[in-house]
Amino acid sequence: MATVAEGVRKPPRRSFGESALPYLLSLPALLVCIGILVPFVTAVWYSLQRYNLAMPYLKGFIWFENYKILFTDTVFWHTVWVSLLYTVLTVGIELVLGLTIAMLLQRSSAFNNAMSIALMLPLMIAPAIAALMWKLMTNPNFGIFSYLLSLVGVTDFRWGSSPSSALFTVVLVDVWVYTPFMMVLLLAGLRGLPRQPFEAAELDGVPWTFVFFRITLPMLFPYILTAGLFRMLDAIQQFDIIYAMTQGGPGDTLMVFQVQAYLEFFTYTNVGRSAAILMVLWAITYFLSHQFIKYWLRLRERARGVA
Amino acid sequence: MHPAIRVVLLTLIGLFFLFPIVWVFLMSFQTNETILRIPPSLVFEPTLQNYTALISGRLETGAGVLELAFMQNLWNSFVLSFCSVALSLLLGVPAAYAFARFKFFGSEDIAFTLLSFRFAPALLVLLPLNLYFQDIGLNDTYIGLIWVYQLITLPLILWIVRGYFEDISPDIENAYRVDGHSWFSTFMKISIPLALPGIAAAALLSFIFAWNNFVFALILASADKQPVTVGALAFVTASGIQYGQIAAAVVLSILPTLALALYAQRYLVEGLSLGAVKG
Repeated sequence: MATVAEGVRKPPRRSFGESALPYLLSLPALLVCIGILVPFVTAVWYSLQRYNLAMPYLKGFIWFENYKILFTDTVFWHTVWVSLLYTVLTVGIELVLGLTIAMLLQRSSAFNNAMSIALMLPLMIAPAIAALMWKLMTNPNFGIFSYLLSLVGVTDFRWGSSPSSALFTVVLVDVWVYTPFMMVLLLAGLRGLPRQPFEAAELDGVPWTFVFFRITLPMLFPYILTAGLFRMLDAIQQFDIIYAMTQGGPGDTLMVFQVQAYLEFFTYTNVGRSAAILMVLWAITYFLSHQFIKYWLRLRERARGVA
Repeated sequence: MHPAIRVVLLTLIGLFFLFPIVWVFLMSFQTNETILRIPPSLVFEPTLQNYTALISGRLETGAGVLELAFMQNLWNSFVLSFCSVALSLLLGVPAAYAFARFKFFGSEDIAFTLLSFRFAPALLVLLPLNLYFQDIGLNDTYIGLIWVYQLITLPLILWIVRGYFEDISPDIENAYRVDGHSWFSTFMKISIPLALPGIAAAALLSFIFAWNNFVFALILASADKQPVTVGALAFVTASGIQYGQIAAAVVLSILPTLALALYAQRYLVEGLSLGAVKG
């Protein structure tokens, strides 16, 4: 039954209606979400079936056959590899770049604050639309970036349409959209750090490398970890940017988890295999989201303490 | 660091992040002829023809006049985002209050489950729904989409608003209760007004996220219910090489969220971190 949270004085009177109150308040939200759990359970079920929309007569329960086929298939391992590569590259670059910008803007001044707001704008653009913008700018006929490259003598760089540069191109768009996220969180973190250690270091004339690696980084670590995990959760599932840019191509160059699952479903109508791919992705995100929420809760406790 | 290096670095960073927005904005006022000119030039006669074509829904292409309902896409984006946020507020604010004020059986597990929806692969839910929606009559309806959009808006609102309720001292509420007011009137007159900044922040941010969503509508909506994100992509395929109009479509689809973000800037940090970091 409902008990009152720690530190809360007992309200004056408590009737049956009042002890049922928390359930009544959260029930509608819960019901809406349970409706969403149904397709999730269905997906688990599909992943254990031979189920191809083109061949419904073959439908049948096959235990873990879909997974067995996946794990022995080089196509699947390619998907895993590309997804991990994409995640590591984007999150890594965004962390370094975001931290650099945050440190440049650390001192609170009118210019720095205006700059940090302006830099936030790409984050407010839909990733699919952002990919479209970059497509316009990297078009071989009139794209401004293609033109700028031709000025320095590079004429055969084909951005998203060549297997050798497609990954670079989508990572670039991801970095453009999401670096502001890192910047915003790390900037808030930096500005919230206590002053004394930095003042003491300055008085002692400690070199800046020491200050950065021994004071700034360790103190900022909870923020870096939380922001990094948050971005990893999104990056490993990236769909919008890659789909809008190349639809996973050229060839199978950018077949990340969700794009691969999408094509399995709609192009090859292989529902069972598509569901199995998504279950593997779900297992990864479930683990990551537990980690994220753990560190997120710690960070929030800290924010409470400061506030 | 030398101030000059700092200025150079910041200029480069500013160019990288803002140039694409400015460039596409400029493109949207150019005819195809000026866009295709080599070398590209900042000097051009601005034209509104891309926008008038989009607004009237009639595109002059090389192959004749093409009817396109881009305004319908904009309207769909607005309806979907606005209604999703409204529903999420209705469902999420009371639930957030419950999680903030009471420890009850399963409360932490439920709250965690609701948040974990934010992080689960969207296709895992969308692909089975794609097979269901026809059977349960939600195919191609706003209601079906708004329901699924709760996956985006509800966790955000629930977790941000919960933090704001936790920051309000229960003593204020109890004092009002002692005066003989009902629980409901306390909730409406004391708790909600005190948490209002948080509720507004969560609503604005979830509106932006709903607006920017792509994959939900890609899989579940047919042409006349598609939001701008899906519409703009379909538009590229349909209009082919009408680059000025593509740029204008991009500008029209990003302006609302950019404007909202600038308006709500002081809430962005807290909202983006789900309330973990104070801005």
